[in-house]
Amino acid sequence: MEANTRSTGRLPAAFLTPGSSSFMDFLGDHSPELLPGNRPLPPVQGAVEAPHGTTIVAVTFSGGVVLAGDRRATMGNVIAQRDIEKVFPADEFSAVGIAGTAGIAVEMVKLFQLELEHFEKVEGTVLSLEGKANRLSTMIRGNLGMAMQGLAVVPLFAGWDVDREKGRIFSYDVTGGRSEERGFAATGSGSMFARGALKKLYREDSTEEQAATAVLQALYDAADDDSATGGPDLARRIYPIITSLTEDGFKRFSEDEVSELARAIHERRLEEPDGPRAALL
Amino acid sequence: MTTPFYVSPQQAMADRAEYARKGIARGRSVVVLQYTDGIVFVAENPSRALHKVSEIYDRIAFAAVGKYNEFENLRIGGVRYADLRGYTYDREDVTARGLANVYAQTLGTIFSSAAEKPYEVELIVAEVGEGPEDDQIYRLPHDGSIVDEHGSVAVGGNADQISSYLDQRHRDGMTLAEALKLAVDSLSRDNNGGERSLTAEHLEVAVLDRTRPQKRKFKRVLGGQLSRLMEPGEGGADAEASPESPEEPSSDSED
Repeated sequence: MEANTRSTGRLPAAFLTPGSSSFMDFLGDHSPELLPGNRPLPPVQGAVEAPHGTTIVAVTFSGGVVLAGDRRATMGNVIAQRDIEKVFPADEFSAVGIAGTAGIAVEMVKLFQLELEHFEKVEGTVLSLEGKANRLSTMIRGNLGMAMQGLAVVPLFAGWDVDREKGRIFSYDVTGGRSEERGFAATGSGSMFARGALKKLYREDSTEEQAATAVLQALYDAADDDSATGGPDLARRIYPIITSLTEDGFKRFSEDEVSELARAIHERRLEEPDGPRAALL
Repeated sequence: MTTPFYVSPQQAMADRAEYARKGIARGRSVVVLQYTDGIVFVAENPSRALHKVSEIYDRIAFAAVGKYNEFENLRIGGVRYADLRGYTYDREDVTARGLANVYAQTLGTIFSSAAEKPYEVELIVAEVGEGPEDDQIYRLPHDGSIVDEHGSVAVGGNADQISSYLDQRHRDGMTLAEALKLAVDSLSRDNNGGERSLTAEHLEVAVLDRTRPQKRKFKRVLGGQLSRLMEPGEGGADAEASPESPEEPSSDSED
């Protein structure tokens, strides 16, 4: 029977086995070698040199959540890429921004997008935001072996919770540990500086545009103090990617919109290089 | 010891075909029509949970009649096939032709294998192209053959009569409202010449709309939007002007 199913070109049994709505489960069953976590790394001395993506920030606002990332990828002290994209839509109501080894992260995002889409098509309904966050957690846990060899991926996941009607942010650690963040979050090498900035700039009742300005300020501060984070490149017209998730779904700010915000911030910083000042008390 | 009866191969296959055809003919029909902006799928299906029309991939949709568990199985197999192919190569490399071939092989093998009961299903796999001339519609009967269809196609009980009705009336460049009206008219006809009236509640309607900005062109036409499109005389002008209605389920992602 087995030989028969191979020679005729019919769908192999794994394709027609009912039960799982998960593409990753199916992949693990049918072609486990395609799962990113299933490829053993050859033993290497020291860390593997590969481009790393850097800073991702997210801020909630009254009607949703904004997720943004700078455009730099570094490899050691070299800028590997100036215009890398590190923020992706995961589905209609969620997005993921990635910090860490770029190649692995991009593959992980591709599989994550497919996992959500596959579930949606098979079940005819979408996963809850928590469910999506948990799937991503599993994927990061699967990458732990590589993370221990220096190829870590640490994303930030943001989405509009259709049931609770609010924007939510989830952050992760390399073991897949997931925690929900209140208000704002940052990940990547510049995250300490970005988080410090957001702490002072975050307002619960801000508008989408104010939230977008806040993340741009935070990325500006991160680029100011972290050499691996890229600031807005006015000469080359390379600006951070800003996305928002609201009840209308995913939206990516157009280049013109971001350029306008980035130039306004830049103008102000020519007078106050350290950015807006918070009240002392 | 009993000796089995001798059954000629011709007779055995004819019996199996007869069995499958009877199973398919018991169900309500599905019609698929090309219109100017894409392909519309209309099924008579009072259930909101068990779909006869579904999305397979960006530009590909699936419609089926017959035994639910069998075509549902094939649908999920198709989604897995398409997603795996798109993941391994690229999203552009997933084609209706490839999928139809795999379905044909699967149905054909099951049909001619004495160990398995033939599937009582008939499938349609359609892919929307950049223009109407690039649209592809494949009909896959229970025995593993593939029929390349153009314009309009019907499957299920009473399919012959509905097909000839559609063939006479379908023309290129119809609007969605016109195509939908023709589809509903064709489904409303009883096999003994009578007419039933079908309302939006009895119908499952979906489109592959090439004008959608999203990568995924499949969209269910539901609730208010469907009623507006079906209103006589209206031509569904306002409904068509706003394809992104709030009734739409959250089934898109942009990239």
